Amino acid sequence: MIHSPYIRKPASVQRVMGTVLVALLPGLAAYVWQFGAGILVNLALGSVAAIAIEALVMRLRKRPVALAVGDLSAVVTAWLVVLSIPPIVPWWITLLAVIISIGAAKHLYGGLGQNPFNPAMVAFCALIVAYPALMSQWPGAGQLDFAAQLDLILGGARQPDGITAATALDALRTGMRSGASVGTVFSGNSAFGMAGGRGWEWVAAGYALGGLILLGTRVITWHLPAAFIAMLAVVSGLFWLIDPTQHASPLFHLASGGAMLAAFFIVTDPVSGATTPRGKLIFAAGIALIAWLIRSFGAYPDGIAFGVLLMNICVPLIDMKTQPPVFGHRGGHS
Amino acid sequence: MRSLFRFHGGVKPATNKAASTSEPIVKAPLPRRLVVPLHQSIGGTPHPLVRAGQRVLKGELIGAADGNVSSAVHAPTSGLVTAVEPALMAHPSGLTMLSVIIEPDGEERWAELDRLNYKSTPPDELRDFVRDAGIVGLGGAVFPTHLKMNPGREGRTRTLVLNGAECEPFITCDDMLMRERAAGIVKGTAILRHLLQADEVLIGIEDNKPEAVAAMQTAVRAEGESMEVVAIPTRYPAGGAKQLIRVLTGIEVPHGRRSTDFGVQCFNVGTAYAVFEALTCGHPLISRIVTVAGNVDRPRNYEVLIGTPMSDVVRLSGQRTDTTRYLMGGPMMGMRMPGFDVPVVKATNCILVASDALFPPPPPEQACIRCGECAHACPADLQPFELYWFSRAKNFGKAQEYHLFDCIECGCCAYVCPSHIPLVDYYRFSKSEIWARERDKSASDQARERFEFRNFRQEREKEEKAAKLAAKAAETRAKLATEPAVDGAAATPAADAAEDPKKALIAAALARAQAQRAAAQPKNTENLSAETQAEIAQIEARRRTAGSAPAADPAPAGTAASAPDTQP
Ligand code: SF4
Ligand code: SF4
Repeated sequence: MIHSPYIRKPASVQRVMGTVLVALLPGLAAYVWQFGAGILVNLALGSVAAIAIEALVMRLRKRPVALAVGDLSAVVTAWLVVLSIPPIVPWWITLLAVIISIGAAKHLYGGLGQNPFNPAMVAFCALIVAYPALMSQWPGAGQLDFAAQLDLILGGARQPDGITAATALDALRTGMRSGASVGTVFSGNSAFGMAGGRGWEWVAAGYALGGLILLGTRVITWHLPAAFIAMLAVVSGLFWLIDPTQHASPLFHLASGGAMLAAFFIVTDPVSGATTPRGKLIFAAGIALIAWLIRSFGAYPDGIAFGVLLMNICVPLIDMKTQPPVFGHRGGHS
Repeated sequence: MRSLFRFHGGVKPATNKAASTSEPIVKAPLPRRLVVPLHQSIGGTPHPLVRAGQRVLKGELIGAADGNVSSAVHAPTSGLVTAVEPALMAHPSGLTMLSVIIEPDGEERWAELDRLNYKSTPPDELRDFVRDAGIVGLGGAVFPTHLKMNPGREGRTRTLVLNGAECEPFITCDDMLMRERAAGIVKGTAILRHLLQADEVLIGIEDNKPEAVAAMQTAVRAEGESMEVVAIPTRYPAGGAKQLIRVLTGIEVPHGRRSTDFGVQCFNVGTAYAVFEALTCGHPLISRIVTVAGNVDRPRNYEVLIGTPMSDVVRLSGQRTDTTRYLMGGPMMGMRMPGFDVPVVKATNCILVASDALFPPPPPEQACIRCGECAHACPADLQPFELYWFSRAKNFGKAQEYHLFDCIECGCCAYVCPSHIPLVDYYRFSKSEIWARERDKSASDQARERFEFRNFRQEREKEEKAAKLAAKAAETRAKLATEPAVDGAAATPAADAAEDPKKALIAAALARAQAQRAAAQPKNTENLSAETQAEIAQIEARRRTAGSAPAADPAPAGTAASAPDTQP
């Protein structure tokens, strides 16, 4: 205690990260309920690996290990990356994901607070490029029991067509490519549920609920999720209104893939995202636009991760151009 | 209900005000020794008017204001001046400052007091009176009050804001003053209003002080004044002058601008009371209300003579044994005192007694996660984390571009930062670095300017000399043309001149320059004794009568060489 202020709010990075983990629980619960407990295995594996890598790297960098591990930021990164990739990836993919995100994307840039790219999304993109097959094997809702999932995670043999169903976004893409209309693709495939992919609507709802927790505890502000959701809804809605046979509805886009996870947990990563209120709106809207473009016209079924990385590059510029006016320099009196 | 405005950010720390408001203000007893620093306001340091061994009366002027941006200092009680010497300042730097040490005689004999009727006194006189009464802003900024008692450019002020917000935790001196001496505050405010020609008076008080609000409302009614007491939402730093002006009027006064330019002026309630006391009772500012809070058994407000050692006051409240230090001010912006016996000064609104249990050292600093909490809390609408990154990188230019100097060091950002970064320390560091660089720069600028000015002056002197010479020459030429040579010395040039006017010109110039040079020659005689000086004077007189001095001087060659140079 050398200089003022001498009092502090009881806030800490640990508390922030802990809140994020808690906020992930509703979505996680829906996940387990709909798709089985396999995800928990990878989640546990990822968490342990994250702590180990964080500790190791901090040790190598000769920085305080306990402080870094204790802030839970590594665990949050691990959870986010594991929740972004299929729940039944073999264990070494999970390990690789954590190594890339924490070892490379975070610490190569100087550790917590310094990384320009969202670590979880860096890992996701690297893996989907390197292991496109493994990274697109998603189980259908209730398709695999825990024993089967565990077997796959531990490296059991895979017969892709037998173990996974195409996801809703996949099915839509394949269907559209073959010239069918959205309506026929939807009705003829069990991957589609009420809103998005079958089962995934519940997970999306869980994430949204978690997002409300983050908003309520002021870990995030409304700008990022609102802009992301609004942009995705507006752009998909526009094309859907023009031609509903060729374009899926906004509701479908919002409830599918990682949209809700992204809206509340991925684009809200403070370190690599824009920070000013207007900057946040631009940043999140940009991600949503890129994601929709890739979903609709690109080579990958989902484009959120790429959208995040592309917008990460723009952050310094966005922040610089959107500095809010300072007290007394506002021009008018509002 | 008046509609209020919001300022961005702010925080709501626990106020901790209840304990020190349960008992009325009480006078602190006379200490054994008073240490009155001469410099107690922004601006010039007053000159001491007393010497060791001299007796002073209560309220007697002991330090006169040094120029207009300064404020007088008075003896807080009657007694003996034992010393005028540097003493430890109430400042974290631990520096000393020239102070008048007084041993009270216990008689409290007042000096002759001057009162003023403000309505019949010209404003200038009133301002001088307030300056000589030593009145400064008692909210903590100690800006000389008389400098603010001016209507703005238009000759009148739209709004006079009286600051009774008192937003810092623990501090309650203004609260208690308003509860107990509301009438005096209102009377003082009326004086300020008169001077400022203010259309409206708004008294802003945070709504966590209902007693003060009620007391002030009653006093305003009783005095028959048209002033409005406004309860404002409790949120630190609502008591910052700029924040309060914003809340009450919606006007934002930018950094570096005076609020009078916007038709607003703001005074602390304690200051208004001091003005009242000075004009109506003739009492200069020799005491103030001080809150003692924190690590004490009985937090309370005291009326304390300026110069009383802080430890004397704290003792009255029962200092606890694990006390580690005193802070002057509150926990958000207070300053750590370098010792326990530093004197109470005009800026001392609160002595916050600290212990490690009460104000634990901050947890270790972690990396900034750019969470934006600090920006959310910043009442100056800054992006504190950007300032932090720039300060850390010593990128001071960028820091200034991001409005470092708009930072009011309120501490809100550091208060909320989950990474426990001592953000304000970084800003203080950056600001002092920038100041230091500017000082260096302006020092070298000054040196350059001095150099350039010297060149310029030399150049100008040469030119002037040349002009004079030319004029003189013309005159000489005219003379030479009309009359023949008068004496031998002038004969030759004159003869030459007849043939060559230009030569004559030069010769005349030479003569003139010699004379000037002789006159300008420095005499190293200043420090000599009277006798020697007389002797020298005699010799010189003799030389002059001999008439040979200038001609015998070998110097003309040099002068002659330089003379043509100066001709256009
Ligand atoms: S509150 Fe602290 S951690 Fe958050 S952005 Fe500001 S400085 Fe960084
Ligand atoms: S200390 Fe400065 S940067 Fe921090 S909140 Fe206050 S004004 Fe803003």
